[in-house]
Amino acid sequence: MRVPVEWLGEYVSLPTDVTGEHVAAQLVRVGLEEEGIFGSEVTGPLVVGRVLELVKEPQKNGKVINWCQVDVGDANGTGEPQGIICGAHNFEVDDLVAVILPGGVLPGNFQIGARKTYGHISAGMICSAKELGLGQEHDGIIVLTQHLGPQATDLTPGSDLRSTLGLDREVVEVNVTPDRGYCFSMRGIAREYGHATSADYTDPAKLSVDAADKGGFAVELNDDAPINGVQGCDRYLARIVRGLDLTRSTPAWMATRLTEAGMRPISLAVDVTNYVMLALGQPLHAFDLNSLRGPIVVRRATPGEKLRTLDDVDRALGAEDLLITDGADNSILALAGVMGGASSEVSPTTTDVLIEAAHFDQRSVARSARRHKLSTEASKRFERGVDPDVTAAAAQLAINLLVEFGGGTVDPEITDVDHRLAREPFDFTLSQASALVGVDYADTKVIKILEAVGCEVNGDGPVVSVLPASWRPDLTDGPTLVEEVARIDGYDNIPSLVPAAPGGRGLTASQRARRTVANTLAAAGLVEVLTYPFVGESVLNDLGLAKDDERRNMVQLANPLSEESPWMRTELLQTLPETLRRNIARGSRDVAIFEMDTITQARIGAQAPVPGVGERPSDEVLRQIHAAVPAQPWHVAMAAAGDLDRAGWWGEGRAAEANDAASWVRLVAEALNVEITARMTERAPWHPGRCVEFVTLDGKTVGWAGELHPKVVQRLGLPERSVAAEVDLQVLLDQGLSISQASPISTHPVAMSDVALVVHRAVPHAHVEESLRQGAGDDLESIALFDVYRGEHVADNEQSLAFRLIFRASDRTLRTEEVNAARDGAVKQAAADHGAIQR
Amino acid sequence: MSGPDNTPETTDHNPLSPEVIERHVAAALTSIEAAGDLEQLKAARLEHAAERSPLALANRSIGELPGKEKAAAGKLVGQARGRVNKALGARQAVLEAERDERILIEETLDLTTARTRRAVGRRHPLTLTAERMTDALMAIGWEVAEGPGVEAEWLNFDALNFDKDHPARQMQDTFFVEPAIAGLVLRTHTSPGQARSLLERGAPLYVAVPGKTYRTDELDATHTPVFHQVEGLAIDKGLTMAHLKGTLDRLAQSLFGAGVTSRLRPAFFPFTEPSAEVDLVCFVCRGDDTSCRTCGGTGWIEWGGCGMVNRNVLKAAGVDPDEYQGFAFGMGVERTAMFRHGIADMREMIEGDVRFNEQFGMEI
Repeated sequence: MRVPVEWLGEYVSLPTDVTGEHVAAQLVRVGLEEEGIFGSEVTGPLVVGRVLELVKEPQKNGKVINWCQVDVGDANGTGEPQGIICGAHNFEVDDLVAVILPGGVLPGNFQIGARKTYGHISAGMICSAKELGLGQEHDGIIVLTQHLGPQATDLTPGSDLRSTLGLDREVVEVNVTPDRGYCFSMRGIAREYGHATSADYTDPAKLSVDAADKGGFAVELNDDAPINGVQGCDRYLARIVRGLDLTRSTPAWMATRLTEAGMRPISLAVDVTNYVMLALGQPLHAFDLNSLRGPIVVRRATPGEKLRTLDDVDRALGAEDLLITDGADNSILALAGVMGGASSEVSPTTTDVLIEAAHFDQRSVARSARRHKLSTEASKRFERGVDPDVTAAAAQLAINLLVEFGGGTVDPEITDVDHRLAREPFDFTLSQASALVGVDYADTKVIKILEAVGCEVNGDGPVVSVLPASWRPDLTDGPTLVEEVARIDGYDNIPSLVPAAPGGRGLTASQRARRTVANTLAAAGLVEVLTYPFVGESVLNDLGLAKDDERRNMVQLANPLSEESPWMRTELLQTLPETLRRNIARGSRDVAIFEMDTITQARIGAQAPVPGVGERPSDEVLRQIHAAVPAQPWHVAMAAAGDLDRAGWWGEGRAAEANDAASWVRLVAEALNVEITARMTERAPWHPGRCVEFVTLDGKTVGWAGELHPKVVQRLGLPERSVAAEVDLQVLLDQGLSISQASPISTHPVAMSDVALVVHRAVPHAHVEESLRQGAGDDLESIALFDVYRGEHVADNEQSLAFRLIFRASDRTLRTEEVNAARDGAVKQAAADHGAIQR
Repeated sequence: MSGPDNTPETTDHNPLSPEVIERHVAAALTSIEAAGDLEQLKAARLEHAAERSPLALANRSIGELPGKEKAAAGKLVGQARGRVNKALGARQAVLEAERDERILIEETLDLTTARTRRAVGRRHPLTLTAERMTDALMAIGWEVAEGPGVEAEWLNFDALNFDKDHPARQMQDTFFVEPAIAGLVLRTHTSPGQARSLLERGAPLYVAVPGKTYRTDELDATHTPVFHQVEGLAIDKGLTMAHLKGTLDRLAQSLFGAGVTSRLRPAFFPFTEPSAEVDLVCFVCRGDDTSCRTCGGTGWIEWGGCGMVNRNVLKAAGVDPDEYQGFAFGMGVERTAMFRHGIADMREMIEGDVRFNEQFGMEI
């Protein structure tokens, strides 16, 4: 809501030296957040000038310019006439004009100086209304006697024009929260300013309203499908003005206020309805009376009906839409409380006007606005709540203004169909304010504040009966009243106390484990990044996911930011590579990154019920709600390109390779003390020969790692040989978070034994290692593959694997023959399982 | 040679005369003293202290003496050899020390550009900031609860008193899941985590809810469609807005330093009543600099929303609002990190450029 400070001053007394900043600060105190303060962009000397001399000088290009001598009094420092070139022709000698002198600045940061043009030194500029930011008219410069009317008689050359033209005015924009519809009006804002400052407030709705005369244009309220039992329209008031001249222009003061409030002046009828809406918060609609045959019928739409609204859009209406219709032919005049139709629009030739001032149900208007994606000044107010008691005053103010500026006469008959239900008071325990806020408010103070915000309070405690003001539909229970007490008394009076919580469990095991994993990966050289979870067809294809890959079973968004990425990822590696690519594209050569987040597994066909507010659903409904939410397990993914170990004076660097990706998965498992095993596999987006799958001892897949497929790397624009891993962290979190148990460690000496085994190339190293481990017996402390040989000393289809076995007994020093026997046992097992031959 | 040699012949010819022995000792000591390195000392030892050295030969010749002279000669030669060996030992120690020192100097390395060969990685400042925020609340006895990003519409809205037709529900810029009948949204705030905790655990309850949240904003310097919040919820008997303010002050001080306090301004949220926006005293200028760039000269920076939990929220979770009351607040982690670390552009936090993280340590 934009609040012109000048307008505000009509309804509430402001200090004489009021500034926008002051107004904003006061409104913030009572909960109207400041969005900005706007002033005129005109700065520097803007003064009255009298045209002394005007010489018309035709130019070669056919244009005629005026070389003017203008009396600007002493404003130019010399008292001599100012020579100014002007291209407009709507003025003559002796006219009073608006002159901006060198040093001034016009809107758009247009600097005014003395400059040579058309053979003269033009020192300043004679301004048009548009150039001063006063309107869109551009048929010439401002002639002050015409522009200001009688006000212009006091003007003398050289006197300042800024305040005369309203260019010293400021506008404060505040954010109105959805509960305070009444603040979408100058009436409401002025009231709030009064609360903040105790300044005198004059309610602009308290004006003399013509006594209701029966008759008037026939109106029927026929809502046969109220939403939640609430009538779509509970009051419809119509007034008629005849014989208007709507070609007359809107008075300058009104146009200025409208402009300052952010609305464009359009025509007298439209401007008056907008002005009243801004002043009192009551949206009005003006119908061309002669387009109505009547009676006006307010009813719900029937399916299939259509309306072309004022914005020239044809709208298919829904059964819940409330309509203003012409009962004579059932034609639709307006979408109630949202927008009028094109057919009954007021035009400049309209002479007779029907002004509608109605009260529509918040929910009904909200739904229509949402259904038609049409948020208007009217719908914005109705859905937040319009004062149902302001209807008659708003219509009166509108017809008063129409008659004053458009001529015409008012029909004495007034239509006022009033089906309003009486507002009900409710009980309020005065001590609730202190109990909720933590400030000790006296009962008298609570009552005083409630009365100040318009409540009728009956009784003096401890429980009182409260009837909130008609403009406060948001005040519905104790806490809403408590907020009024706290904010008017001032939130600054609330003390600061740290509550004593009973103490808790700290982080859960899963939360702690995730921090450990992230810290471990960072310490291992990977940089944590965050990516958006949105993916689309193209990246899945780039990753080489088959059409029937289960990872394509995704949760889809109804309104994605980009139609290209409408789904929620099912693996982090669907979005992480793009971040790797971006880093490389920005010139980083060696990049290793990881991301930890949840992924989303769609539950096809699941439906979560949406019961309403304020009540705990049944256990069964809650179960359905929880069951419909997709599983979203934690994952962690890693990706790297370039050198992992850096080059330096110590030697060469070492590029990230498939083995590194695999080792990161091991690292994560080791950090959580979960035992995993590995097996070679084929899976997109990895290289088919360089992808390893990790599984828990009970066979659950933990993740995959390796080098990315060369084609994937190419399609994603990654460096060759980029590596990556994806870990289903949830599987590890679910496995390994028991309390680790220790065994005693042996202090006896170790014995080492190396064996070289020749096996077929297809035999996985891990299988040979496992056989050795099994055959070596209980005293084997560790085993490691330290060399793989393929070449001329073994057959083409064979490989030689060199393992180091380290033995240690828990209770004695092993003798050489014991170690040899254990080693031979290990080799024998490998021979039996894989045909391994010791070299 | 010229002239007669006047040295008494007799003593010269007696290999065990004190003079001869003393001459051997003197020669040995001179030679030992002259040895410049361990190699030369070794040569000197061979010449003067080894088996065939004059003193060793003299020692051997003692056996040929008459018995009564043996003792005196033995003492004489023994003392001489002792002096020589002692000098050898001393010189050996000096030369070894010199050698050791020289080797250490020769082994000098310049370590001024040493680095780990594997560059150390980094955590992301946003996840670390969220951890800091939750840890600050844990320090006053709270727990940490979480919920899913793809959330039931009822938990994201209705359970929090966002009526289906309430304008606030439309203002949330929600991502909806297809089809509409699924009843799912991307959570617009971490508040459904509150509802889940209350439903699951009831009151009293003190939980922080960190997490990722979504709204349909295009990415720019101050908006991102995917962002993070830490939400706090305290439900107990007798909690007031004063406790809310105290908790916010404590959280602010833990993140921004001692003396940083909060200010509450009236606001509106469907799930709280009364509601407030919380501002922090600008931790850069403390309100003393009208040209401060962090707060725009106002002395305050907007931090988040808060209030006393709406009775309807408690009812939706099956908690009796006449018995329990409490407060809730929610802060943007991005905003907190931007203030705390002087980050000017939101995009830097979400683009994943490793150079951004590298400005931070593992502890922020």
